[in-house]
Amino acid sequence: MYRYDEFDAKMVRERAQQFRYQVERRIKGELTEDEFKPLRLKNGLYLQLHSYMLRVAVPYGTLSARQMRQLARIARDYSRGYGHFTTRTNMQYHWPKLSEVPDILELLADVEMHCIQTSGNCVRNVTADHFAGAVAGELEDPRPICEIIRQWSSFHPEFNYLPRKFKIAVSATKEDRAAVKYHDIGMEVIRNEAGETGYRVFVGGGMGRTPYVALEIGKFVGKEDILAYLEAILRVYNEYGRRDNIHKARVKILAHQLGADEFRRQVEVEFAEIKRHGTLHLPPEELKRIEAYFAPPAFEDLPETAPEFEAAVKADAGFAAWTKSNLTPHKAKGYAIATISLKTIGQTPGDASAEQMDGLAQIMEDFGFAEIRVSHEQNLVFPHVRKKDLPAVYARLQALDLGAANAGLITDIICCPGLDYCDLANARSIPVAMKLQERFADLERQHELGEIKIKMSGCINACGHHHAGHIGILGVDKKGVEFYQIQLGGSGAEDASVGEIMGPGFGKDEIVDAVERVVETYVSLRAPGERLLETYRRVGMTPFKNAAYQEQMYAAY
Amino acid sequence: MLTANRLLDGEVVYWQGGDWQPDFAAAEIFDEAEAAKAALDAAQAFVRDNKVVGTYLFEVRKEANHVAPVKEREIIRSLGPSVRRDMGKQALMPTPPAAAKPVHETSPPPPYPSPYPEEPDVSI
Repeated sequence: MYRYDEFDAKMVRERAQQFRYQVERRIKGELTEDEFKPLRLKNGLYLQLHSYMLRVAVPYGTLSARQMRQLARIARDYSRGYGHFTTRTNMQYHWPKLSEVPDILELLADVEMHCIQTSGNCVRNVTADHFAGAVAGELEDPRPICEIIRQWSSFHPEFNYLPRKFKIAVSATKEDRAAVKYHDIGMEVIRNEAGETGYRVFVGGGMGRTPYVALEIGKFVGKEDILAYLEAILRVYNEYGRRDNIHKARVKILAHQLGADEFRRQVEVEFAEIKRHGTLHLPPEELKRIEAYFAPPAFEDLPETAPEFEAAVKADAGFAAWTKSNLTPHKAKGYAIATISLKTIGQTPGDASAEQMDGLAQIMEDFGFAEIRVSHEQNLVFPHVRKKDLPAVYARLQALDLGAANAGLITDIICCPGLDYCDLANARSIPVAMKLQERFADLERQHELGEIKIKMSGCINACGHHHAGHIGILGVDKKGVEFYQIQLGGSGAEDASVGEIMGPGFGKDEIVDAVERVVETYVSLRAPGERLLETYRRVGMTPFKNAAYQEQMYAAY
Repeated sequence: MLTANRLLDGEVVYWQGGDWQPDFAAAEIFDEAEAAKAALDAAQAFVRDNKVVGTYLFEVRKEANHVAPVKEREIIRSLGPSVRRDMGKQALMPTPPAAAKPVHETSPPPPYPSPYPEEPDVSI
């Protein structure tokens, strides 16, 4: 894992100290709310419905056991015993007191963490494939470049007042688990014909009220040039991105208005200018230095499988189901990647209690796991588990109520906090997600339905990625009453697409039945081996729409 | 009614008799727009004094035995998250729904019937 150098440590400490003074001045009345609000937002502190909310950055979703313990401690001591993992792989605390936030920032600094640039119109937390460094077929670990981008973009004076927020994600496999085409900048590690690794750079993806799949701008950017290229993109955006209308301020609007060719041309002009000055060159030795921090653990030479593992699969149907959905093949023989579902039926998607976080840290210590990952799908991941340890790890997860065998299945729902917590939301999302999970709780049925990604947001800002859901659900407010729109056919993966809106929304007591009718329609129409997404792409909206609105149509007669 | 969040901890507070307090049931109801506007103006002194932030008026509905906010958002603010009945103001009510939680002996009765079912309604 990356360890802070003296500059990182100093920056984070100083920032915590500065915020302590700012809070003191606010409480004394030396700063008004108008003056203070931008300062608190720069430190990830929002004021929501019931209390303040503090958003902690988890860079590229990687945490150590020590950090996980500290997150547990903060949850216990400052936020009523729980926290929420977000689609930006961050941790949100929903109950901190303003006066105690400086203490929380100090505790985070103790474990090399912070809340810097988790809000505001700047470059936000950089995310990566949550299986980075572990999954087979990866060209290289995408996290070293994420760390370099983090260092380059932290407090970057030119990009501290962008027209709007800016999100970057990096992936290094053909399969896209980081939703790169839904980011302001998405980067895919690729190899060119000469055998060199570099980056394919996408710009202008995004969700919100104007969803777009990103445009390919850089077809192949060499490693040493990548920071210069990113800087060129941000310069074009900083200069021409709209500041007059918040709804048109993201780079997606500019990029799609100009089109890929013109946007690329402008980036190339800036890029040539930066190159001419020669100031933003990423030296290979610096890249190597950072890469060394992310070196994988020394994998033991193990047989492909382990007798303990095979015996447990035979003896325990629960474990067998879990291995089917929650394990991913590892690049090293005898290892597996284990996804820890934060979607246990009856729990808020993405929430973890202090006890669960402590328990996970204990598992990491007991089994020698250096890292745990946070995925943008609001799950956690143990990236390197010996197969022979899996039965014991699973038993420990079960004891923590974290053994749900539903990763990638219909109950593995992405869900924003919605109107239960969020000041921006129009409708609740968590109760709907929970009802859907309950409806589809039968594990055999879930496995039989295969990969179905439901993603749900409580407002148009789309924190729950509803545009990218195979089934997307958007909560809307109609005169103070909650309604829920269905979208079909979205994907945040390598086959990215924006979901199509089905039609008018369903009431909160209708939405679960409507989704079930959509799913049953899929079952009746699917070709062998076809996922819901593929069936939808083959047959279109009509049969799903007819089924979903069935009852309303009868009611109308 | 008139509401705001307390600066120090973000707690939802309601206007009553020229001051702020956290209890929805005790909040002052304004039948006339003028009185509401006057209260909103008076409340700005507390904003200037750094006690509360984000003051605004919202609509309530008078039922036979109780008063309830019109909008879902204000219902949730007055109770706490509907998915965590052990959190927020609802946790301090004498008959906490679902999981039993510490009850403050001095806490007021529920301001109005909870719009949420007793058990998480998962059986549609």
